Amino acid sequence: MQTFTVVEAVVAPLDRPNVDTDAIIPKQFLKTVDRQGLGVHLFEAWRYLEKGGVQVPNPDFVLNQPRFAGVQILLARENFGCGSSREHAPWALADYGFRAIIAPSFADIFYNNCLKNGILPLRLASDVVDHLFHEVRAAPGYRLRIDLPAQEVQTMGDSRYHFAIEASHKHKLVHGLDDIELTLALGDAIGAYEARRSREAPWLFSSPPARRRGV
Amino acid sequence: MSGKTLYDKLWESHVVHTEADGSTLLYIDRQLLHEVTSPQAFAGLRAAGRKPWRITANIATADHNVPTRDRAAGISDPVARLQVETLDRNCAEFGIEEFAMNDRRQGIVHVMAPEQGLTLPGMTVVCGDSHTATHGALGTLAFGIGTTEVEHVLATQCLWARKSRSMRVWVDGVLAQGVSAKDLVLAVIGRIGTAGGTGYAIEFAGPAVQALSLEGRMTLCNMAIEAGARSGMVAVDETTIDYVRGRSYAPVGALWDAAVEAWRDLHSDADAVFDAELRMDAGAIAPQVTWGTSPEMVTDIRGQVPDPAQAADATQRKGWEEALAYMGLQPATPIQEIRVDKVFIGSCTNARIEDLRAAAAVVRGRHKAASVREVLVVPGSGPVKAQAEAEGLDRIFREAGFEWRDPGCSMCLAMNADRLEPGERCAATSNRNFEGRQGAGGRTHLVSPAMAAAAAIAGHFVDVRHWPAS
Ligand code: SF4
Repeated sequence: MQTFTVVEAVVAPLDRPNVDTDAIIPKQFLKTVDRQGLGVHLFEAWRYLEKGGVQVPNPDFVLNQPRFAGVQILLARENFGCGSSREHAPWALADYGFRAIIAPSFADIFYNNCLKNGILPLRLASDVVDHLFHEVRAAPGYRLRIDLPAQEVQTMGDSRYHFAIEASHKHKLVHGLDDIELTLALGDAIGAYEARRSREAPWLFSSPPARRRGV
Repeated sequence: MSGKTLYDKLWESHVVHTEADGSTLLYIDRQLLHEVTSPQAFAGLRAAGRKPWRITANIATADHNVPTRDRAAGISDPVARLQVETLDRNCAEFGIEEFAMNDRRQGIVHVMAPEQGLTLPGMTVVCGDSHTATHGALGTLAFGIGTTEVEHVLATQCLWARKSRSMRVWVDGVLAQGVSAKDLVLAVIGRIGTAGGTGYAIEFAGPAVQALSLEGRMTLCNMAIEAGARSGMVAVDETTIDYVRGRSYAPVGALWDAAVEAWRDLHSDADAVFDAELRMDAGAIAPQVTWGTSPEMVTDIRGQVPDPAQAADATQRKGWEEALAYMGLQPATPIQEIRVDKVFIGSCTNARIEDLRAAAAVVRGRHKAASVREVLVVPGSGPVKAQAEAEGLDRIFREAGFEWRDPGCSMCLAMNADRLEPGERCAATSNRNFEGRQGAGGRTHLVSPAMAAAAAIAGHFVDVRHWPAS
C-alpha cells in the first residue's frame, strides 16, 4: 500500500451531503475483476453528458474545471461514501489521483475501505469544512497541506486544524503496512482462540458441507 | 456494574486480541462470498501465495449479475459472465463450497445463508456487501466489508475492528393490518436520517419487534445500513430457534441441544445500558413511501411531496431541490397521485416467501393497470421460488400480468438486464432509491411488497390498509 505522510495539493470542492457510493462509481463498472482503471468512471453520472450518443465532459462538474487540474484532495460534505460496501469507490478515487478526502463525517464502511487503499479520510468540524469551502471557491489554485504524522491540515494562509485518527490507522497509513502480514503474526492467538471456541461452541466448527437434507 | 447488551455479548465472544488503542482483532465465523466483491480478494490471495485460513467458514453464491430468465442459455453479457465464471473458478481452486448460478439453492446471498442454516445465532457474519446487516435478525453480529477485508478474512479468519456505540430502537405497540417491517424500518430511517446510526450497532427490540416473524426481522436489520449503522440485530427467542431448526446446515442431535442452550443467552440483559435509545410506536406507523433520492426522504401514504421552502436549513433545501428535480416531482403533490411505470418486487430486503405471500394477497384475482409497463417479481432464492410455486403464488402473479423470474438481485441494482429506462418511475421493494440505482435516470420509490403490488394494480400509490380484500 502507498504510504501517506505529507501531501500538499490542489483541493476540489464537492458541495453535496450524502454522496453515495453509487454516485462515486456506478454499478456498471463493478463487473471488473481488477482494481485498476476505474478513475475515468469516477462520478460518471455527474461528470459526463450524453451528446448525440457520445459522452462529453460536463463543463459544470467541478472536476472538469481547469482550475482543479491535478487535484489530490477532495473537500466534501457530511456522510460522504454512504451506501454500498463496494471498494470500487476508493479504487476509483485513488485511480483518479485522490490521496485525501476532507468531510465532517463519513459512512463507516467507506471510511475503512479508504484506509486500506492509502487514502486518508479526514474528519473536520462542520464549521471548519464550511470555511474551507469558502476559501477554495474564492481562490483559484487553492491548496492544502496535510501532515498525517502531525495530524494537521495547514492552509496556505497558515491556519492549522488538528484532526483525530486512530493510532493504528495512522501507523498503517504512514508506513504503508499490509494488514494481513500483521495479522498473520498473531497466528498463534488465532489458533488459541479457535481451540477454545471449538470446545465452548462446537457446532460452529463441525464442518457443515457434509450433510445435505435440502430445505 | 450494568448488564451487557446483545452487542457486548457477541463482540466479547469473538475477541482474539486487542491493541492498546482499542483496535480489536475479531474472529469471523462465517464469510459469504459473491461474484462482484470477491475477484480482487482471491487475486490478492493468489499473488501473495496464501491459502484460506479455514475453508469451510466460507460459502459462495452468484447473485448480483445473474440473469433472471433463460438461465440455461447462460449469461449473454461477456463482462458479467467473466465475473461469474471467475467466482466459479476461484471457489474450485480454493476448495470453497459454492451454490453456482444453476444450483437450486442459489439466491441472493442474504436470503440464501439464513435459509440454508449457514447463518446461526451467536455468529459473526461478514460479506463484501453492505446489506450483511440482514443476518443480525438471527442474533448475530453481521456487517458488510470491503474487498481488501474479504481477502483479510480469507487469509486470517479475522478482521480488525473497533467496537461501535450501541443504540436500541424500542418499538412498542402493534403494527396495523397492511403495515409491515419495511414500513417500520423506513419510519425509523425517516426519524433518525441516513447518518443517524453511523458509528452505532443497532438492536431492534420491544413488543412490535418480537411479534415479527424472522423474515420481518431480516427486513428490519437489512436496512440498518440505510440508517448508517453497519449492523442491526434482534435478540434470540423462540421465533429464532424455530426458524433455524431443521435447516440444512444447522446442527443436529446433541450439538443442536447445546447450541440452543447457549443461544438462549443471546439477548440484552434487563439492566444493560445503551449509548442511545429511540422509542417508536408501531401503532402510529402508516405505509411508507420514499419521494426522494435517499431513504430518509420518506413520508407516509397520506402525505405529500415536501416543499423545499420548508427545509430546515440551506443544505437540506438544496438536497430536496435536487431530489425533486431528479425525481420529476412538484412540491405538495399528494403521494397517492404519483403514477408508476414499473414495479419491482424482490431484493434481499423483501424477496422471502412471506413478502411474496403479502404481495400475492393484494394481487389475487386482479390485473396490473394498463399504464404499468412491467412488473417484475424476483424471488430471493431457489427454495423461495419453489415454495412460492408450490403455493400457486406464481400463477396469481402471472394472471395479473406480472413477470415471474429466477432468483437474484435483479433490478435492485440493475447490474443485469433488468433495469429502468431514463425517466421511468418505479415502486420497488428494495432498499436504495439513489440516483441511477435501478438504471441511469430511473426514479425509485421504496415501499413494502403489499404497497408495491397495490401500486401495480392501481397504477399509482394507494393506501393498502384500505385496499379491498379479494
Ligand atoms: S438484493 Fe440489492 S441490496 Fe441486496 S445484495 Fe443484491 S444488490 Fe445488494
